[in-house]
Amino acid sequence: MNTPLSWIKAYVPDLDVTPQEYTDAMTMSGTKVEGYECLDADLDKIIIGRIEKIERHPDADKLVVCQVQINEAGETIQIVTGAPNVFEGAVIPVVLDGGKVAGGHDGSKTPGGIKIKKGKLRGVESNGMMCSIEELGSSREMYPEAPEEGIYIFNEVPEYADLRLGSDAVAALGLRDAVFEYEITSNRVDCFGVLGIAREAAATFRKEFVPPRVAEPGHIYEAKKRSNDQTSDYIQVEVRDKELCPRYVARVVKNIRLAPSPMWMQRRLAACGIRPINNLVDITNYVMEEYSQPMHAYDLSTIAGDPAEGENGCGHKIVVERAKDGEVFQTLDGQERKLDASMLLIRDGEKAVGIAGIMGGENSKITDEVETMLLEAACFDGTNIRLSGKKLGMRTDAAAKFEKGLDPNTAMEAMNRACQLIEELDAGDVVEGCVDCYPEVRRPIQVAFNLEACNRLLGTDISIEQTREYFNRLELELNEEGNLVTVPTWRQDVLRNADLAEEIARFYGYDNIPTTLPTGEATTGGLSFKLQIEGIARNVAEQYGFCEGMNYSFESPKVFDKLCIPEGDAARQAVTILNPLGEDYSIMRTMPLNGILNSLSTNYNRRNKNVRLFELANVYLPKALPLTELPEERVQFTLGFYGDGDFFDMKGVVEEFLEQAGLKNRLICDAASGKPFLHPGRQANLVYEGAVIGYLGEVHPQVLDHYSIGEKVYVAVIDMPQIVEKASFAIKYEGIAKYPAMSRDISMVMKKEITAGQIEEILRKKGGRLLESCHLFDVYEGAQIKDGYKSMAYSVTFRNKEKTLEDKEVNAVMEKILKALEEIGVELRK
Amino acid sequence: MRLHTYAHKEKKLLVSIKRKVKMMKEKLKSIMSAALSQIAESTDVEKLNAVKVTILGKKGELTELLKGMRDVAPEERPKVGQLVNETRAAIEAKLEEKLAELAAKKREEQIARETIDVTLPARRLVRGHRHPNIVALDEVERIFVGMGYEVVEGPEIEYDYYNFEALNIPANHPAKDEQDTFYVNDKIVLRTQTSSVQVRVMEKRKPPIRIVAPGRVFRSDEVDATHSPSFHQIEGLVIDKNITFADLKGTLAEFAKKIFGEETKVKFRPHHFPFTEPSAEMDVTCFKCGGKGCRFCKGSGWIEILGCGVVHPRVLEMSGIDPEEYSGFAFGVGLERIALLKYEIDDMRLLYENDVRFLRQF
Repeated sequence: MNTPLSWIKAYVPDLDVTPQEYTDAMTMSGTKVEGYECLDADLDKIIIGRIEKIERHPDADKLVVCQVQINEAGETIQIVTGAPNVFEGAVIPVVLDGGKVAGGHDGSKTPGGIKIKKGKLRGVESNGMMCSIEELGSSREMYPEAPEEGIYIFNEVPEYADLRLGSDAVAALGLRDAVFEYEITSNRVDCFGVLGIAREAAATFRKEFVPPRVAEPGHIYEAKKRSNDQTSDYIQVEVRDKELCPRYVARVVKNIRLAPSPMWMQRRLAACGIRPINNLVDITNYVMEEYSQPMHAYDLSTIAGDPAEGENGCGHKIVVERAKDGEVFQTLDGQERKLDASMLLIRDGEKAVGIAGIMGGENSKITDEVETMLLEAACFDGTNIRLSGKKLGMRTDAAAKFEKGLDPNTAMEAMNRACQLIEELDAGDVVEGCVDCYPEVRRPIQVAFNLEACNRLLGTDISIEQTREYFNRLELELNEEGNLVTVPTWRQDVLRNADLAEEIARFYGYDNIPTTLPTGEATTGGLSFKLQIEGIARNVAEQYGFCEGMNYSFESPKVFDKLCIPEGDAARQAVTILNPLGEDYSIMRTMPLNGILNSLSTNYNRRNKNVRLFELANVYLPKALPLTELPEERVQFTLGFYGDGDFFDMKGVVEEFLEQAGLKNRLICDAASGKPFLHPGRQANLVYEGAVIGYLGEVHPQVLDHYSIGEKVYVAVIDMPQIVEKASFAIKYEGIAKYPAMSRDISMVMKKEITAGQIEEILRKKGGRLLESCHLFDVYEGAQIKDGYKSMAYSVTFRNKEKTLEDKEVNAVMEKILKALEEIGVELRK
Repeated sequence: MRLHTYAHKEKKLLVSIKRKVKMMKEKLKSIMSAALSQIAESTDVEKLNAVKVTILGKKGELTELLKGMRDVAPEERPKVGQLVNETRAAIEAKLEEKLAELAAKKREEQIARETIDVTLPARRLVRGHRHPNIVALDEVERIFVGMGYEVVEGPEIEYDYYNFEALNIPANHPAKDEQDTFYVNDKIVLRTQTSSVQVRVMEKRKPPIRIVAPGRVFRSDEVDATHSPSFHQIEGLVIDKNITFADLKGTLAEFAKKIFGEETKVKFRPHHFPFTEPSAEMDVTCFKCGGKGCRFCKGSGWIEILGCGVVHPRVLEMSGIDPEEYSGFAFGVGLERIALLKYEIDDMRLLYENDVRFLRQF
């Protein structure tokens, strides 16, 4: 919402503030100013002048030498110009020596302006410059009377007939103004209009609010223009859907006299960014800006009567009802729109003539030939307009206003204002009376008020007198007892005491409310156990050189193909977003790998070496599809790297994490994990206490191709909820061994298929409680070992915690171990 | 006995012994001087050891000399023995002295050899780094935990009820559109705000409540330098008896000081949120210019940092808390906003690219 300060001042005449003061105070009272632009910021020393004499330039065909009178005293200066449209007697804006203009005549703006100095043009002295509208920082769009090319000429505008030479040209053009942009919150529907903001400004600066004086219908028009006929003689209105159209006001204007609207109106519209067109269009736009009430004008001759009524009817009828499913309608921009039964239509006796609140029809629009106009000011259901606009992909200025949910009482005020302006601008003859369909009148509501409760909520001690004063400024009527407030209908946001507390706070000043800390019962803060375990995951990842990444929770369904997940796999059962930003962001991830692989790929393709990344984030597992209850959200600890390191480095990180999280039992790597996205010979399920808590492996070369990564990638995924369940911070000291240990080395040759896991299993089982540890110190495959075989060597340590071990004890155990090893085909090397 | 038997020889022998003693003394002298010069000439421990062996060893000169003691008259023996021992001790002392000298020299040489260029580059363990969001989150959590707040979480895919309705945003409320919600179906959405956790907490617990709820939220904004369809918020909620707007101001002013520096000032502007009344937005003094106005704060001296307000009585009612008895305040901070401002990151997209050259800076 953009509004010039001059327009606000029109309704708050005593307002005398700088743009910055206005910005600060309005923002602090709740009407946030996003910014402002001073239209004259880059304009300086620009006055009204008149060309007295034009002579040819002696040395240039395209230049002329003008003598320009620059004040009433008759002083003239010489200006050389190449503008094609100058003539003797032309009244023009002149920038004097040392002055500034905003830009070039091609419409380009120069921040800070362009300084104009006297000098010589082709040898002839020139002491200033005559300005085009573009050089003054505006455009023909906003100043339609300006010439297509050349200097702005005041003579052509009747309102400029009395300009004094030497006076401020910037002011004459309405450019001594600042345009403000506001951020209006959705609860303050009234502030989408200039009047609403002006009311707030008056309250903020404690000045009088003087809204435009508009009389009741039938009393505002001069007698000579008043006709004997009544609006109801011209138009009949039937609202068939009162829910979606709480009010419909219609009036008729005859003898339309299209003309440009007066400069003051054009200037205000231009400052709001609205292009002036003609008096009728400008008036409806003007009222829309002023009251935040959109209006629509129909050519009455195109509005058919009700055929059922025939001769008895008035010949023109408006019906407001829902469209039929599949109905097609051509809007005034020439587009065919396909409608459905949720949308509200304006029809005449025979056909559709407009989509309610969004756009009128091609078939009934105002043309230059219009004689009689039907003017509509209605109130439509905001939600319905918003949804219809969305469905149709149309967000017109009117719809943007309606969708906030307007006050139906404003419709009549706006209609009266428009008719008043039509009369004032002599744009036509307004027909007496109006047709007003308003079955349920909205009346001001009464809100119980409790000042003490307000003070208690705010932490303040504001008096009833102060409160009364704040409320008066806002036209909130506080009764004498001080316990009931009557709220005007435009303040749809004030419904209860808390809302009134906010009104008090706004004008008492948020700055003036004290600053305290909560008292009351102390609470012990802290992190949940889950978050603490996630902290450990981060610590371990950090220790091992992994950087934390973050990826979106939504991804493309194609991810499953990239990860070679077979059709029908449970992982493909994902929550789908109805309105995603695109297919690439349309499903909620069920596995975390895509994110980490994408990130690794980004790094790889940017030639970053040795990249280690991790992420802690949710996957979303639906219990059933389509979703009827919330999916399960499980945090996954995902690690991935390329560069230095291999499978066993990653396995080390996993083991370290488990240990630090207090999972001190043995982690088993089960090679039968069957992940299609991992190297078939280099992957494992992570099994802890019999449960699969995650997986680990080298990414399948095929998948690496899909992600354009040219190095081996190792990943691990740990299902955090299971870790949290098993984690513990309990630490228990075990005594340091008092008795010596004994070590034996076992050197073996075996088939390649036999795993270290199998060997260790035997060592542990047969070693019994004497076995303290076993440590693999050599694995070898190659020249000295026969094909298909490998050698392994373990150092096995035994200890008895109660007494010193004896050789024979160890020998007995070793014998059991060696026997068991031989049983699975292991050859022992002596 | 033998002496008696060979008494006639004794005199002759005596003469010869005397001569022997004299010879021994001379020999000792020459051994001594030879030893001293050999020791002096020894340039390393090995040579010195060789000298030691040559003189003091089992077959050494001094040992050999001692073997000649039997030729010395018994009464002379102690004297000669003493002489030998003195010589030995003198040589040993000299050897020790030389040995220490050589060892010292050797150590010096070693030290000289081992001198390094201490300005050569350091070797460090490659540690990982937390995401800047998490670095900022950790700090925010630390501050609020210190003030007695508990950190809680809620689901990211959420019922419409918790995300909107229970927060006083009924169906078709324009605020719903403002937030550009991602829908799963008409009842389930990707939460647009961590405020949804408020209601879940209030439903489950009785006041006093002091919580912060960090987490991912989603809005259908196209990705650019300042927008992301997925970002993080931290919701704060305090419910107790006699909680006021003044308490909200005090708490958040404290938070701002702790996170942006002691000199930070705050400003509360009226705003609108459906679930708080009165509502406010909080600005902090620009930490680049200290409030004077610069390009960073677009000349205003202030930077918008969070939204907050007194919990709307309707929200309390819907969550089963009596607004007559209890009141509270709530606030919502954008985590990315804090991270971007605090670390002066100029493009939000960097947060989700995961380029290690970016991540390693935190």
